[in-house]
Amino acid sequence: MPTTADAFNAVAEPRRREILDLLAAGERPVNDLVETTGMGQPQVSKHLRVLREVGAVRSREQGRRRLYRLDPEALRPIFEWVSPYQRLWEERFEQLDDVLAEMKEEEGDADDR
Amino acid sequence: MLMTDERKAELTLPADDQILVTREFDAHRHLVYKAWTTPELVARWWTARRGTAKEMQIDLRVGGNWRYVMETHSGQEVAFHGVYREIVPDERLVTTEVYEGAPLPPEQLEANATINTVTFAERGGRTLVTMLTECPSHEVREMIVASGMEDGLQDALDLLEGVAQELEG
Repeated sequence: MPTTADAFNAVAEPRRREILDLLAAGERPVNDLVETTGMGQPQVSKHLRVLREVGAVRSREQGRRRLYRLDPEALRPIFEWVSPYQRLWEERFEQLDDVLAEMKEEEGDADDR
Repeated sequence: MLMTDERKAELTLPADDQILVTREFDAHRHLVYKAWTTPELVARWWTARRGTAKEMQIDLRVGGNWRYVMETHSGQEVAFHGVYREIVPDERLVTTEVYEGAPLPPEQLEANATINTVTFAERGGRTLVTMLTECPSHEVREMIVASGMEDGLQDALDLLEGVAQELEG
């Protein structure tokens, strides 16, 4: 996946996070987003396009309006990646792997299959 | 064949005041339990290469205290302590945990302890470790998950915390 079209890039821009925040509260038409954020319509549309490309936002037609909504599943990689708590434990566990490997050796490499 | 994914710790947020971490280890559970409860062994992994272990106190009996202190590479002391509430050798540990550096008045530290339940499950010679952290409030949970976060990513996390429950649901 090109770096310009992944979830990380999508949330790197503060205004896009603002839009995601609003959509997390519920489905909205563009006008609504324009009004609430104070951004121009072209700018909002541009951000929505980026968010749609990565699947973080989906849209549907309702009469003459297009409604946008959040698809949190696309943001899962970031959620999983950003937690420093998880990173801390990953690193602890990597160290623990080494400790356990040594302990196994000391135990005489018991057959554990 | 061991896939890298199996070695990855999984973090989920089962409730808004809980953190669940699971990880599989390529060793019998009595070894994992031993590495988890022996001070000299804990000292070798708990610091996560972020500094040096200064104190690893483990009084492994119900009501016994534990205290881990490390000094980070930047010279900062980081200390945690707690009490063992339940001990089932090789199977299960329930402890309280207090982060001594939490931005709280000293008299509130103990009241904001988390309750940590660690289980060790044998899986054909391998061990699945499950760590459930129950926090006194959503705010404390947020603080723990976000601790050490850079500013730029904090916003992203704040947003994502909001959608986390949808993800887990």
